[in-house]
Amino acid sequence: MRLKAMQDWLDERLSIKTLSGAARKKEVPVHRHSIWYYFGGMTLFLFVVQVVTGILLLLYYRPSAENAFESVQFIVTEVQFGWLIRSVHSWSANLMIATLFIHLFSVFFLRAYYRPREMTWVSGVVLFFIVICFGFSGYLLPWNKLAFFATKVGTEIAGVIPVIGRPMLRFLRGGDDVTGATLTRFFGFHVAVLPATATVFLAIHVLLVQLHGMSVPPSVQKQNLRKMKFIPNFLLRDLIGWILAIGVLAALAALFPWELGEKADPFAPAPAGIKPEWYFLFMFQTLKLLPAKILGMDGEVLGIMAFNFVALLLFIVPFVDREPGNQRRRLVFNIIGVVALAYIVVMTIVGYVT
Amino acid sequence: MSNMLHDSPAPSIGPSGVEPGRRRFLDYLLGTSAAATFGAIIYPIIRFMSPPHVIESTESSVVAAKLNEVPVNSGKIFKFGSKPGILVRTEAGELKAFSAVCTHLDCIVQYQAETKNIWCACHNGHYNLNGKNIGGPPPRPLEEFKVNTRGDEIVVSKA
Repeated sequence: MRLKAMQDWLDERLSIKTLSGAARKKEVPVHRHSIWYYFGGMTLFLFVVQVVTGILLLLYYRPSAENAFESVQFIVTEVQFGWLIRSVHSWSANLMIATLFIHLFSVFFLRAYYRPREMTWVSGVVLFFIVICFGFSGYLLPWNKLAFFATKVGTEIAGVIPVIGRPMLRFLRGGDDVTGATLTRFFGFHVAVLPATATVFLAIHVLLVQLHGMSVPPSVQKQNLRKMKFIPNFLLRDLIGWILAIGVLAALAALFPWELGEKADPFAPAPAGIKPEWYFLFMFQTLKLLPAKILGMDGEVLGIMAFNFVALLLFIVPFVDREPGNQRRRLVFNIIGVVALAYIVVMTIVGYVT
Repeated sequence: MSNMLHDSPAPSIGPSGVEPGRRRFLDYLLGTSAAATFGAIIYPIIRFMSPPHVIESTESSVVAAKLNEVPVNSGKIFKFGSKPGILVRTEAGELKAFSAVCTHLDCIVQYQAETKNIWCACHNGHYNLNGKNIGGPPPRPLEEFKVNTRGDEIVVSKA
């Protein structure tokens, strides 16, 4: 009785019955591609892991060129379970980018961006780039040699873009060179600007998914489609995935602790065998293979502009491929997707073995 | 609201009892003040975000190393103002100095004794001992500096 009274009190003020009613009504279609529905939720779960471990790291991390490396060293050697929290943060970041890639490509191939879900796709692409920025800014924070050169190259790449490049480079670096000023800025992006932006777009993205419901791919027969209750059936399956993810993260952190490397030195040559994180490897390998001059232009400028162009194309996919009935366009987009995926996979492997 | 004004045969007084000309003027004032206020807030924020230009050290020459610190067929990174430079002693014993900043994407180069090249590890760029880009992605040669010896000190200066 008291519980009922409390529920009524809350309902009068927060309309919880409307919300819980909607949640209870939510259904997930069951068909041969249903497995791909799990990767969005998995990415969200890993993001939550990032938030929690990130806040924990903030208790000890010191964002300056003099202290950053030593403070991370302190976290992994002195702080109880510091090695675990730091390694989980690094591994979870990488797994999150992996599940995000899977989510993006599965949504692409299953055409989940067809009307009326165009804005869900666009908000997802924004989140994708936010996550890439999270990865890039977080990578510098331990202030080790690899991170230092990765940031030099990465920001120089931004600087290569005509007109806006140079001011952007100075904005990112906090000056002309990668220094402690860059570290301070990246720290600010990583723990304030990006989390705030990500939260907004995440809210929009998830809300839109609730609004439109799960998309059924055009290749699936819509008549008599079996459905599963989101609560509890789908959520419990999600939960199993998340528990598995925690297990995988703990195992990875314990068996392959994330390396700290050597402290950055702005007056030491780039170490031999230097490579960026795996999700930048295909672009890195491309830049390595491009000749110095292509048609009178600097090779790297051309390559970087091409990657920027493709990134912009991602946003307009749902506005170009918008007729579910158009078989030819569907084929063309499937080919584009397969070629892009193959290019990323092949160049990543080539980048690893060479 | 404006549609109503256009449709009415006597447009001198709007529905709220205000002349449209006066209303438009007030709207204009309000709009420009809002824009000015917004601008006055945004401008300092944008200026704040762009880092101040630090006066570059104007030193045109620097003691890069002692003679005995650079054996034959080796290289050494030295500090030239806020930028790294590279000092190389060739197999013939000649001293050469260049900017150590790779012209491709800003990495710091090193001397590779096996190939007798200056090499950038980031994207496998090669320069010869005249600083010329001879392999890999670098688009331009390294800037060359003048080298003089003063006693046992090696002095590098901007050409």
